[in-house]
Amino acid sequence: MTDQLTPVLTRNWGTERSWMIDSYLNQGGYAGLKRALTLTPEAVMNEVKDAQLRGRGGAGFPTGLKWSFVPQDNPNPKYLVVNGDESEPGTCKDIPLMMASPHTLIEGVIISAYAIKAHTAFIYIRGEVVHPIRRVRQAVTEAYANGLLGTNILGSGYDLDIIVHSGAGAYICGEETALLNSLEGRRGQPRLRPPFPAVAGLYASPTVINNVESIASVPSILAYGKDWFTAMGSEKSKGFTIYSLSGHVHHPGQYEAPLGITMRDLLALAGGIRPGHELKFFTPGGSSTPILTADDLDVVLDYEGLAAKGTMLGTKAMQVFDETVSVVRTTKRWVEFYKHESCGKCTPCREGTWWLVQILDRLEKGQGHPGDVDALLTVCSTISGKSFCTLAEGAVACVTSAVQHFRSEFEAGLTTPAWELLPYGASSAFAQADSEVAA
Amino acid sequence: MSQAVSMAEMVTLTIDDTQVEVPKGTLLIRAAEAAGIAIPRFCDHPLLDPAAACRECMVEITDAGNGRGFPKPQPSCATTVAAGMQVKTQQTSAAAAEAQADILELLLINHPLDCPICDKAGECPLQNQAMADGRTQTRYDGVKRTFPTPIALSDQILLDRERCVLCTRCTRFAEQIAGDPFISLVERGAKQQIGIYPEQPFDSYFSGNVTQICPVGALTSADYRFTARPFDLTSTPSTCDNCAAGCAIRIDARHNSVRRRLAGDDPQVNDEWSCDRGRFGFRSGHGTDRVTRPMVRRDGALVAVSWPEALTVAAEGLALAGESSAVLTSGRLTEETAYAYAKFARLALKTNAIDCRVRQISDEETAFLASVLAPADPDKAVSYADLDQASQVFLVDFEPEEESPIVFLRLRKAHRASGLKIVSVAPFLSRGATKLDAQLIATRPGEQPAAIAQLPADGDSLILVGERAAATPGVLTAVLALVEKTGSRLAWIPRRAGEIGAIRAGLFPGLLPAGRPINDPDAQIEMAAAWKTPVPLGEAVSPLNALAAGDQSTTQAFVIAGGELADLPDPGKAAAALKQAFVVCLESRLSDVTAQADVVLPVSLPEEVTGSLIGWDLTRRPVNAPVSNQRSPMTEIRVLAALTETLGLDLGFRTAAAAAAELAGLAPWSGPISRKPEASAVPVDSSSVVLASWRQLLDDSRCLDGAEQLLAGARPAVAVISPQTQRTQGMATSRYVRLTGPAGSITLPLVVDPTMIDQAIWVPSRNLDQSLASLGLAVGDAVTLASAPEPGKDGVA
Repeated sequence: MTDQLTPVLTRNWGTERSWMIDSYLNQGGYAGLKRALTLTPEAVMNEVKDAQLRGRGGAGFPTGLKWSFVPQDNPNPKYLVVNGDESEPGTCKDIPLMMASPHTLIEGVIISAYAIKAHTAFIYIRGEVVHPIRRVRQAVTEAYANGLLGTNILGSGYDLDIIVHSGAGAYICGEETALLNSLEGRRGQPRLRPPFPAVAGLYASPTVINNVESIASVPSILAYGKDWFTAMGSEKSKGFTIYSLSGHVHHPGQYEAPLGITMRDLLALAGGIRPGHELKFFTPGGSSTPILTADDLDVVLDYEGLAAKGTMLGTKAMQVFDETVSVVRTTKRWVEFYKHESCGKCTPCREGTWWLVQILDRLEKGQGHPGDVDALLTVCSTISGKSFCTLAEGAVACVTSAVQHFRSEFEAGLTTPAWELLPYGASSAFAQADSEVAA
Repeated sequence: MSQAVSMAEMVTLTIDDTQVEVPKGTLLIRAAEAAGIAIPRFCDHPLLDPAAACRECMVEITDAGNGRGFPKPQPSCATTVAAGMQVKTQQTSAAAAEAQADILELLLINHPLDCPICDKAGECPLQNQAMADGRTQTRYDGVKRTFPTPIALSDQILLDRERCVLCTRCTRFAEQIAGDPFISLVERGAKQQIGIYPEQPFDSYFSGNVTQICPVGALTSADYRFTARPFDLTSTPSTCDNCAAGCAIRIDARHNSVRRRLAGDDPQVNDEWSCDRGRFGFRSGHGTDRVTRPMVRRDGALVAVSWPEALTVAAEGLALAGESSAVLTSGRLTEETAYAYAKFARLALKTNAIDCRVRQISDEETAFLASVLAPADPDKAVSYADLDQASQVFLVDFEPEEESPIVFLRLRKAHRASGLKIVSVAPFLSRGATKLDAQLIATRPGEQPAAIAQLPADGDSLILVGERAAATPGVLTAVLALVEKTGSRLAWIPRRAGEIGAIRAGLFPGLLPAGRPINDPDAQIEMAAAWKTPVPLGEAVSPLNALAAGDQSTTQAFVIAGGELADLPDPGKAAAALKQAFVVCLESRLSDVTAQADVVLPVSLPEEVTGSLIGWDLTRRPVNAPVSNQRSPMTEIRVLAALTETLGLDLGFRTAAAAAAELAGLAPWSGPISRKPEASAVPVDSSSVVLASWRQLLDDSRCLDGAEQLLAGARPAVAVISPQTQRTQGMATSRYVRLTGPAGSITLPLVVDPTMIDQAIWVPSRNLDQSLASLGLAVGDAVTLASAPEPGKDGVA
């Protein structure tokens, strides 16, 4: 099964001091940049377009097409902004990447900024993750020292500055316009569109915002060519990506594989569900994507395959839960997260998550009111489709899909506390030890 | 449809099966209004940028104009129209109605539903829309979020956070309209709330507007809170008398007393805004200083007497003085009242020594007003709309935010909308000028004429001149020369609401009504025919000259209406002049002038007077009385009529309506107008530090008495100097400066402003321990500065 792995982004993660520039250069790093600088910006953009790279931050919008929306006749400066505000429950791909190989990202930033003719790029990193921020800052310093940033990069005449900005700890700042507000020093709340960032983004100037993994995928496309890239993946979802598996799998971690791998194969790569247990449900792309169950093991993990199942590829973060887990408790924890992270700008998200948590809390305690399960769905429909951005849709998705698949467990919340139905200790990593002590 | 609209590209769409044609770029919610369909909303406000935050105004768009509809309801406040669009509001779409009801339900889950104790109840958009568009029963049975309530955003503005629906109308107003972004959202999620930076209150001259646009009862003013229920109030539309801007206001009264003033809706003037002075500055006249009975001085003290006795004493004293009497009124009179004084002076006192300018004046200004303002055609005057159309606006001796706040808002609006360029001829870039992104032509007081001559004005420029131009010789002459040379248009903007109406009604030295020069024989004949009595031919001088002469004055009697000594250029000399003369005061309150009076005739308060005011744009606007005059004081017109009668003559009218009719019956003047001013600048000694000053919007003006929370928002008195002046005057380490004039000195906190011109110092004119005038100081005077310890800490008693 190991032949399904396609380590490109993760290839050098295991090497000695992989985050240092010498290590990266020894592995053939910056080859993509060297080639890109021999091409025109338009040619670089076309190469990425033709490679059919799609955004890895969740929405899957074609990256090259996004770049082409930047109006080059606009007199304002153009900006590239990299979204490293990875905060979605379950998602852990960008932060390990920035930890292990920040130069992959920086090389991608230089190539991408060159393609859109930007001379300033920003890397916005979630504020809580201090260590990756230090690594990326160090790598930027190294890149300047090696003539890879600043003026006249590698003698090409192209200039670029990178500014690494740490956020202040808000999930909403992963929403691209809220990120721009935060980057400008304003309150992190999403902006009204139009105007779209490609036309009036950062400082009201044309701006491209890409996910860390999208940008980090660009150097390999330039180094090995679009045909190499499109040879991987499925029909409409080309290339490789990092799947993050967490929870009750034998070997949690990041698995880089072609898009289109099945959940069954991916689980096998991770050594399957922890011994003695079986899969109950999983998120395909972080907590914002409707959950799937053991019946969906053969789902194809690409943009189309998951859309067909009524869910989304999202950030490819598989949170895997076995049969010991209370779905009521899990859902409540997720919705508490959304309530905590709701920016408060729009009514449905602000008030709706407040309401949902109260119902879920009652159900978890076995104190649900008659009709509470239907009330959950009603409140979800009250929220759904009306919020300013998609944060609230994520909160709704995990609730509605959980009730859809496990309604009886929610119904039990009218009488039985979740911890009695499914003792919480059993799902912990130390469950074995606990049960031994108990025995 | 107006010309401007018909010229715009029009778009046709269908809303609820009704075809609507609106200009391209119109928001759906506005288009629906045009079709007579009201969509519920909270965050939407037509004068603020869309936020789409409350999500109440959801509509179904079955066709976006491209053949495809939106799968989800869309906020109509942030969606622009497209040709062929098919829109269904709550009236025809169950999905839209349900979406709106859903949002209302969500808005109410954390709302305290404390309508019985809420000031907004009865005029509350949340209450109204919950009744009209919400469900009858909530499904929420959880715990509500609570906050301690209220918190003070400033001394005036209080916030009940529990009631807030977080629509951000207030924060958007503060940032976009007023330019005072001192309130903001803080915290997030359900804990999100409006807040201020600790120890930095909501410091804005326009803060009261947020209480009016708040769609719930979250923002209230300390002034009005808990004083009335909306359904118990009677509302009277009127015009604000706090400055010459001419704002529409609504005055709400209960039990024959004014409870609040709101901004009226006049898109030609104030949009829907008002300044805090206009909103809250109506409390004077209700204190213990109110005069309700006529008084005469006996044995040195004022004693209450009957009306006939007081009128007789007044008439005898005035008759004795004859032509050597003078009339000085406040600048806040209605046009009709001003006309009554103008006629009373000429008819009953046979004097031309009259004026309505209780402030610093000059012969140059008198000539300017007589030759330029008084005869001007209102139809050709600069209007508010012209501020939007101008290529650039030059401010000369005029700080709009301090001296005409709605002009400031309109300039800011034009600047935001189309980048209107604003240039300020001033000693430094004031806070208001900064908010206009104004370019500063830094000038020392006295040196403006040279700067004005150099202004790059053109035919599309506007020049706005303030009343302070009178303080510097040559300014008005230079402005007229600039207008002559460049074809720019000119507007003169005084601070007080009644000055323009009074000048045009002839309450002015050298002018008869409608701009007739008093020394013109035809004008004399016309007015003599109208008044059925010859007009006096005595010298037309301002009574301010007599007051400035002190005890050397030859004026034997003064009729004084309103005003206070501190407004006069030399309060000490004015008091001396009044002391030796016979003084009749027409006043509603005791003052430092009534203290010198021989007769005090009580008159109505401003809220009891009807009539009209003429704004700086020469537009006449109605003043209506929200309360009736039930107690003994009569209007000034009625008192003047009675006094005239006691003198054995007939004023010809006893009411404002009759005065207005008589004024309107006067033919316009088509004869020659008096000469334009020709004054030259006086060189300023470059080695001395000269004084610059203007009055701030909120100061110790007696009109603002009783408005405690309003006055708490007054800007502190400081002294502003440049860094270089700080060095040359040896004040590098000083935190306070002592400014000394002939009649005293004051100590003020020192502010060093890099935009300030060198060799000058700015201090406010009035909100000091003593007014600048009482220190014997005037704009342009050379002053000496001294470093001073903090007041009260210098060890000197």
